[in-house]
Amino acid sequence: MTQPKISLSQVEHVARLARLELSEADKERMRRELDGILSYIDTLRALQTDGVEPTSHAVPLTNVMREDEPRPSVPQTDMLANAPDPSGEFFRVPRIIEE
Amino acid sequence: MNDLETVIGLEVHAQLLTRSKMFCGCSTAFGAAPNSQTCPVCQGMPGALPVINRSAVEFGIRTALAVGCRVNEHHRFARKHYYYPDMPKNFQISQYEEPLAEHGVLDIEVGGSSRTIGIQRLHLEEDVGKLIHEGPLETAQSSTVDFNRAGVPLMEIVSRPDMRSPAEAAAYLRTLRTIVVYLGVCDGNMEEGSLRCDANVSLRPAGSPELGVKVEIKNMNSFRNVQHALEYEVKRQVRALAEGEKIVQETRLWDPERVRTVSMRSKEYAHDYRYFPEPDLPPLQVEARWVEAIRATLPELPAARRRRFAGGYGLSAYDADRLTQGRALADYFETTVREYDKPKIVANWVLNELLREMPADDDRAVAACPIPPRNLAGLLRLIDDGTISGKMAKDVFETMYRTGQDAPSIVAREGLTQVADAGELRRVVDQVLAAHPKVVEDWRGGKKAALGFLVGQVMKATLGRANPALVNQLLGEKLPKG
Amino acid sequence: MLTRLTIEDLAARFRRGEATPSQAAAAYLERIEALDGRVNAFLTVTRQAALGQAAEADARFTAGRPLSPLDGIPIALKDLLCTRGIRTTCGSRILETFVPPYDATVMARLRAAGAVLLGKLNMDEFAMGSSTEHSAFFPTRNPWDLDRVPGGSSGGSAAAAAADLAAATLGSDTGGSIRQPAAFCGTVGLKPTYGRVSRYGLIAFASSLDQIGPFAKTVADAALVLGVIAGADPRDSTSVDVPVPDYRAALEGGIAGLRVGIPAEYFIDGIDPEVEAAVKAAIEVLRGLGARPEAVSLPHTRYGLAAYYVIAPAEASSNLARYDGVKYGLRVPGGRDLIEMYGRTRAAGFGTEVKRRVMLGTYALSAGYYDAYYGKAQRVRTLVRRDFQEAFERVDVLAAPTTPGVAFTLGEKTDPLQMYLNDILTIPVNLAGLPGVSVPAGFTTSGLPIGLQLIGRAFDESTVLRAAHAYERATDWHLRKPTLEAPPR
Repeated sequence: MTQPKISLSQVEHVARLARLELSEADKERMRRELDGILSYIDTLRALQTDGVEPTSHAVPLTNVMREDEPRPSVPQTDMLANAPDPSGEFFRVPRIIEE
Repeated sequence: MNDLETVIGLEVHAQLLTRSKMFCGCSTAFGAAPNSQTCPVCQGMPGALPVINRSAVEFGIRTALAVGCRVNEHHRFARKHYYYPDMPKNFQISQYEEPLAEHGVLDIEVGGSSRTIGIQRLHLEEDVGKLIHEGPLETAQSSTVDFNRAGVPLMEIVSRPDMRSPAEAAAYLRTLRTIVVYLGVCDGNMEEGSLRCDANVSLRPAGSPELGVKVEIKNMNSFRNVQHALEYEVKRQVRALAEGEKIVQETRLWDPERVRTVSMRSKEYAHDYRYFPEPDLPPLQVEARWVEAIRATLPELPAARRRRFAGGYGLSAYDADRLTQGRALADYFETTVREYDKPKIVANWVLNELLREMPADDDRAVAACPIPPRNLAGLLRLIDDGTISGKMAKDVFETMYRTGQDAPSIVAREGLTQVADAGELRRVVDQVLAAHPKVVEDWRGGKKAALGFLVGQVMKATLGRANPALVNQLLGEKLPKG
Repeated sequence: MLTRLTIEDLAARFRRGEATPSQAAAAYLERIEALDGRVNAFLTVTRQAALGQAAEADARFTAGRPLSPLDGIPIALKDLLCTRGIRTTCGSRILETFVPPYDATVMARLRAAGAVLLGKLNMDEFAMGSSTEHSAFFPTRNPWDLDRVPGGSSGGSAAAAAADLAAATLGSDTGGSIRQPAAFCGTVGLKPTYGRVSRYGLIAFASSLDQIGPFAKTVADAALVLGVIAGADPRDSTSVDVPVPDYRAALEGGIAGLRVGIPAEYFIDGIDPEVEAAVKAAIEVLRGLGARPEAVSLPHTRYGLAAYYVIAPAEASSNLARYDGVKYGLRVPGGRDLIEMYGRTRAAGFGTEVKRRVMLGTYALSAGYYDAYYGKAQRVRTLVRRDFQEAFERVDVLAAPTTPGVAFTLGEKTDPLQMYLNDILTIPVNLAGLPGVSVPAGFTTSGLPIGLQLIGRAFDESTVLRAAHAYERATDWHLRKPTLEAPPR
């Protein structure tokens, strides 16, 4: 038996970070599946990458900028049209409890 | 426990004065109807992509040069993740490992001595929207969001923990504010939120190289609040340590109503920002030529101008400092001196009369002053050529400020021309002496103060228009010798 | 039958007045009505709008002034491309009701070219999957065998193109999501170079890998569509300002002397022998056309999949953070507070595969794991890119199987990792940002399509398409059509 790659409490922590409510059954299944995938990803460890630059963009570009010119915004009604809980000219959200 | 040292670092956020947002073309104008200045990009709609505003980057470089930062040749944006309803994408495009600039310094003056505060980094990011709670946050059943502000460019300037008192922190903030306003990159308005400040406060045994447990203070939206909040927090920590309590690392909000800081009770896991390089934005390569082109457009900064005012115009250090607190005020002073070449007199009028009407650092008010520099110079020339007295000039100044008219028009309209005709004044002097024989006797008896009374009577009889020097001269001639 | 015609032939009929765009749109809409109940390629059919656009195109042809080679051509888009005023779901419950107020750049360019939009196509939720079984709404069927999957994530786009439910379609390819379903459905699918086509309005899965591309009946049609949608876009900072050649014209000239690299690592253990045989036969066809096949090595191929399953979920976990029930899409009400609303909305709005990847990506980026996972994967990505760079110093294109196997049956792959292995031969191309195409290259004995993958240098779509076109001319696999019409009673 190899050491599990991820524990149930780590799954719970990550689910909190990702704002995903998981049932107890979900958590255990998720842990098992992530464990399998992470074990596979561990094959990368075999590869020596010291001194290799990371690639974050497939095509190397730099200094892509636009001029500071205002353009018309999208009308308020269009931007509010998809709101699940609009309140007048605003988006409404339930009670905020600070973490 | 007496030998505790206060350690303060500040994180200042300045909204940049660009016309459009950081990553889209929506206007940054203040005061529009809620959610009327948004688009798919700044509202974080599916599929929308950011594009960097060149002016925002240039404003960042401008500021970096002004505070002596090294502009990084290579910098990039990164995503900072946390969930909050005012942040449309639930990540903020910011900068992390490769910020725009690092390693700057700012000289501040506190109580007549100078100190150098280190600047750790300067980076760009996007602002969040505005949340409006139904009543206080703790009891609000719901809140509403306006995304107009979301995506407005912000520059964050992080100091080193180099400040040793709340007064130094306030001085640092004031100095930094003056610079960003001088540079034209931020309007510096703390009450409206275009300049914001968070502080990290800790205590340690004096001389210790290690930092104590730091507490982050937020919600200080004025200079006065910054100083009060930090003074309160330092006292709170001193008291806590004296009572054997431990300082906990936390975020506390300044409550200006109750004059204290209040814990936000944040949990550990809330702060895993999961930064990674923004894949939608290629990195920036800042070439030396670009930096030098921006450096060439830098205005003279407050510290240099202060030195030049003191040296070149022979002003006191105090006056030079006050005159350079705002770029507009300093410009006003210099424009006036160009028309009227007596710097000390101009300085006195600007500092004593003009600043009675407006704060020194309020550029907008100074720029809109109803007495333009040319008119102030005109007023001062009327004193020099004897048309009006200095005392009269102060009244004329007030009328100029009220009406926007120039000095000669007011003097002419109100018939304020000074009486400098010796013949006319001699008659008035004779009448005054005749009317007050007792006072004349007193003077003869050695009571020197009597002269002042007589001058006053002459001025009164001429409705203040008599040339004071001439009145003195004539009284000297007419009064019997002791 | 108008729906059988290539774009080129259909446009020629429009020009000669032998058919009108309205007739073509009506023919396709009728075919969708008749057959899509079995294929399930469409999530939304925009019938009225399509007929209106077609009528406008009619007028342009009557006046003799068509807008472009695509004027009046009926097309359909994968449902992750934003369409103004038309629901765009991304195959997810969380966006089931989302109506974008704007058009994706590709949609705007297709509109400007006069193309007629028939509707929006099914897909794996948020483009995460290789079978279209992860659509939140229903699975799409493979037109060659309705019990099998069409591949994914652009399964709806591939099936619609293969079943002649649109003259051409657009999909997106993050790890193979155009090429793999094109291979499974026996159609042409092109993934252009990263930066060739604007991603503005493409609902992001993994921003540094996603790229939009066409499915078409022929390579020439794919070239025509690419010519319309390609080019720099000021709204996408990662789009590249490289001139857009005339891709259609670039198809001609043959492939004599073309150096074709055969990467040994793409003929892996476990590859379906029929696929291997078909691809090797295809290489011989290329040789017969004057090309010079030679062996090359891409030694880091085997690490591509693992690197991808760090990078793509990490970026996805970030891109999907915005679906929180505040601004658009689903909200599950009734929670006590905001955090509960977030948790319930996202739990109900995302399917299992999306949750799995969001969890994986969040984990890979979280404190203490970044270097071991994301940082490491980005370095491996560099090694994969270098492999290609070195190979392209010796050869002009690479030829390989698109997939190790052929279309599998619905519900057959239940283990996530087994599903991921489908993309092992397509993922390295995304990591390197290169163009790749899958063209029909034969059938298994049971009648399932096999795809040949051709890979080119960055921004050298012309060579890739020319090789594909030469191969297509020399074979007739692309002329075979699935039988979908209901058997006579």
